[in-house]
Amino acid sequence: MLILECPYCGVKAEETELSPGGEAHLKRFGPGSSPEEFEDYMFARQNPKGVHFERWRHSYGCGKWFLAARCTATLEVFGTYPAQSSEPPAELVEKIKAKRPQWKGWK
Amino acid sequence: MSTRLAKGGRLIDRSAGMEFTFNGKRMRGFAGDTLAAALLANDQMLVGRSFKYHRPRGIVASGAEEPNALVNLGTGARLEPNQRTTTTELFDGLAATSQNHWPSLELDIGVLNNAFARFLPAGFYYKTFMHPRPFWKHVFEPVIRQSAGLGKVPTDPDADRYEQAYAYCDLLVVGGGVAGLQAARIAGASGARVIVLEQSPHWGGRAPVDGDVIDGAPAADWINATLQALEKMENVTLRSRTMAHGVFDHGYVLAEERVADHTPGDGRPRKRLWRIRAAKVLTATGAIERPLSFAGNDLPGVMLASAARDYVVNWAVSPGDRTVVVTNNDDAYRTAIALVEAGLSVPAVIDARAEVTGALPARARALGIAVHAGRAVVKVKGGKRVTGVSIGLQAGEGAVLDEISCDAVAMSGGWSPVVHLYSHCGGKLTWDRKRAMFRPDPDRPPLTHDGSPLVYPAGAANGALSAAEALADAVETGLVAVKALGLKPGTTPLGRAEPADEAPMDPVWIMPQGAGAALKAKMWLDYQNDVKVSDVQLAAREGYQSVEHTKRYTTLGMATDQGKLSNINGLAVLAGALSEDIPAVGTTTFRPPYTPVTLGALAGEARGEIFQPLRRTPMQDWHQAQGAYLEPVGLWRRPYCYPRAGETHEQAVHREILNTRSNVGMLDASTLGKILVKGPDAGRFMDMLYTNVMSTLPVGKCRYGLMCNEQGFLSDDGVVVRLSDDSWLCHTTSGGADRIHAWMEDWLQCEWWDWQVFTANLTEQFAQIAVVGPKARQLLERLGGMDLSKEALPFMSFAEGTLGGFPVRAYRISFSGELSYELAVPAGQGAALWAALLAAGADLGLQPYGTEAMHVMRAEKGFIMIGDETDGTVIPQDLGLDWAISKKKADYLGKRGQERSFLASPERWKLVGFETLDGSVIADGAYVPAPGVNGNGQRNVQGRVTSTYLSPTLKKGIAMGLLKNGPGRMGEIVEFTTADGKGMVQARVTSPVFYDPKGEKQDV
Repeated sequence: MLILECPYCGVKAEETELSPGGEAHLKRFGPGSSPEEFEDYMFARQNPKGVHFERWRHSYGCGKWFLAARCTATLEVFGTYPAQSSEPPAELVEKIKAKRPQWKGWK
Repeated sequence: MSTRLAKGGRLIDRSAGMEFTFNGKRMRGFAGDTLAAALLANDQMLVGRSFKYHRPRGIVASGAEEPNALVNLGTGARLEPNQRTTTTELFDGLAATSQNHWPSLELDIGVLNNAFARFLPAGFYYKTFMHPRPFWKHVFEPVIRQSAGLGKVPTDPDADRYEQAYAYCDLLVVGGGVAGLQAARIAGASGARVIVLEQSPHWGGRAPVDGDVIDGAPAADWINATLQALEKMENVTLRSRTMAHGVFDHGYVLAEERVADHTPGDGRPRKRLWRIRAAKVLTATGAIERPLSFAGNDLPGVMLASAARDYVVNWAVSPGDRTVVVTNNDDAYRTAIALVEAGLSVPAVIDARAEVTGALPARARALGIAVHAGRAVVKVKGGKRVTGVSIGLQAGEGAVLDEISCDAVAMSGGWSPVVHLYSHCGGKLTWDRKRAMFRPDPDRPPLTHDGSPLVYPAGAANGALSAAEALADAVETGLVAVKALGLKPGTTPLGRAEPADEAPMDPVWIMPQGAGAALKAKMWLDYQNDVKVSDVQLAAREGYQSVEHTKRYTTLGMATDQGKLSNINGLAVLAGALSEDIPAVGTTTFRPPYTPVTLGALAGEARGEIFQPLRRTPMQDWHQAQGAYLEPVGLWRRPYCYPRAGETHEQAVHREILNTRSNVGMLDASTLGKILVKGPDAGRFMDMLYTNVMSTLPVGKCRYGLMCNEQGFLSDDGVVVRLSDDSWLCHTTSGGADRIHAWMEDWLQCEWWDWQVFTANLTEQFAQIAVVGPKARQLLERLGGMDLSKEALPFMSFAEGTLGGFPVRAYRISFSGELSYELAVPAGQGAALWAALLAAGADLGLQPYGTEAMHVMRAEKGFIMIGDETDGTVIPQDLGLDWAISKKKADYLGKRGQERSFLASPERWKLVGFETLDGSVIADGAYVPAPGVNGNGQRNVQGRVTSTYLSPTLKKGIAMGLLKNGPGRMGEIVEFTTADGKGMVQARVTSPVFYDPKGEKQDV
């Protein structure tokens, strides 16, 4: 059962307090987008064995959505940051690169 | 014969006799006995029948790894199946029955399976009993199911209570043997918060049985001293009778404490489930002895050498008068010595190793025990009990050189570290060739949140089998764990044991190594699942190369065994059959729980009335006092109807509908979701949420709206009220309020985070009462306080004011087609307003109505219901709701999804009404078949019913449903299947609006 630190209220929240929201940093495609773009937005997910950026909500706490970078294979959590981020913080990316030299980046 | 010895037994209290029954037979034991020890003391070696072949089975082990001796424990409401006799503490009055036999343990018809064993090989259900085809369903499967399986499921509700508790620590030490105690003492001295869990009621593990000497004295002295020191430390908690059965992400550990298993009915919870969060976990879980694979190794009387030693030393129970010991290592000589020292006879030690030179064999020889080196047990003789063994060369093919009569066999194939907890969260193993065992790989431990190791194995669990090695390893590992916690070690006395002079073991996977097919078909690898050497070799021949596939094909190591006894032997045999190296074959995945956890403990207190929290409306007490029939709606319990004396539910519903349509009715609508959306950008946000335009809704007006998910499918609906310039109140479905609120927050926080909008879920802040029917206005005017006329408060508008002194919001909205007001008051005044309305409306014929009347009335009116007309694949356009979809808006949630070409197909199933020609009611969920069959040979369909009722208003069956190109087929007669699937009923396709299609009644 995961523990993630909520970047808003600072609580180290247990998984039972959280709701998962799938992959983070998806770009929404609305009217006017191509079928491929829409399909990608709706259905295509990375599902990596390794570094993954995820959406989580502190549902039974402060109610805020936040983002987490963690390793799906080892359960290591690299960091959490506010949902109001269009990309992961640079220092977090650096930290992950240092720990996972083979990692190809977040995009 | 197995029997109680006259002297000894370090765990029993001979002054405290206890009586118990096994299969109704009265037996006696002592306080401190396990049920297994007490059974053996009463010469009850035969304790069960095997899973598949119904072979007689006896007690093999003395701990959690026991595969055979599982019993039904207790009776009636305290019956628990599959209880391990080896870990069940004896208590006075215990009642146990054996499992998996018919008619009795002694005479079991199912043993016929044994005679037909060649028809029941690995994976037999995939390849035999196939023809003739109907026989599988009607003959083979019922018979096979009857003869398989273990205990019986209890039928009464559990009479005991269970509880759950949380605990937090820096270091969780699992295992209270010498390694665990040593490591705990080191961690305790560092100031760490430590919890130590021990599965049994006793501390110290095997050391006292094995005669280990620590710091120059018997191990028991060191154990007692260490326990006393630990008990004095405030930062250390010791908990015995507690089995840690799973290690999960980030140091979450589940453990089951057997609080009152041995004192049933004393008022304490029977079990307590501990939910522990540990920064680090140290597993000192010991090792389990491996059986040897020789023919007849499953006969009652064949047991692990360590178990034989345990029974003699701990409980003064002899497994037999004459015990042959068979081994590939030195440790088993401890058993031979213990037996002889207890005055029993050991006619021979059969040692597979060509040379036997260690100190322990020397001691055995000095005691006069015959040691046969390079020998194998070819076959165990006997039926329901061992009568002897035949001996041959280990290097040979099974030619019998000698026969020895005996009534017990103690076997040892070496030891396997208990790596389960270490492996649960991803710890990897390495093959230790010298010791022929998998042990934790120090370079690949399971990791925790910061990427550091989570689990530190110590002692025998880490492959350090002897007391000297285990203590040294525990010291080293304890210090590593303290350092990993960022603490400094304190001063701790370190226990030291004399190094044991043991010669290396010799891996033996099949005995004798050249055994032929007949012998191999009687060599059991997995007793519990009846898997033999021949089964694994067959699987390999049939192409099962992966150990995971072989496990599933043969059922090796499944069920409660979880690889405890069968794992290494099974995969070594597989490796042999595949001509592979053991590490290349690898192990199967270790999954929690390590031992079974009773469902009661997992449920804890969450049963009966407090199974889940229930939500109550402010009028709930009144409903229940009226004897309302309640139905679950999410976590609410809403009145379905209010039956009067002698009324059926259907009669009550019809009365409520007719009264509402002719007089006035009242519905508790408090469960309706009420979400406030407020802020400078609220209008813009509302336009994205709903398919129609909400930003243009004038203040004081109401508008019905639809919400879709991004795929365009209809997700929720409800009336939106413009409360003020910057605030909208969104009514959602009763079940959808929390979901829709979360949906709004998701978009506001994660996509449009620069928009200035707040949302608040006000569902429980307001009680809401629908006052419905032609006399609704008359009733409300009696309360007085605000103008409720058509002119002042027209249909689809709202006003704030007071009614009868209550502060209300009155909405002119209707879900029934009648003149209707929905009144919202602060929740605390809901019950009072409800009572005031009841009093005022008595002579108008006011009656409350329930959810079913609401459903029927909305169906008569053709209003859709989320979850009835929608199922997550329906777009609003399918339901004829095009009018509620804005063509002008550039974007809204679901707009792009609805533009997908297949959703514009004329083949879509669309909403229509159905009227049966004979006035009957179409069956719930009935389909409209179409000609022909699909690719699976199933009948084609072209539509289905979504809502179907007997309308008391129209006095006939009405229905709504989805029909291929429905709106283009008005007047057409279609056929529905009937409830029994045999007949057909004809219905005319109509408009879904059956009642007041012009909407004149609601707009008055």
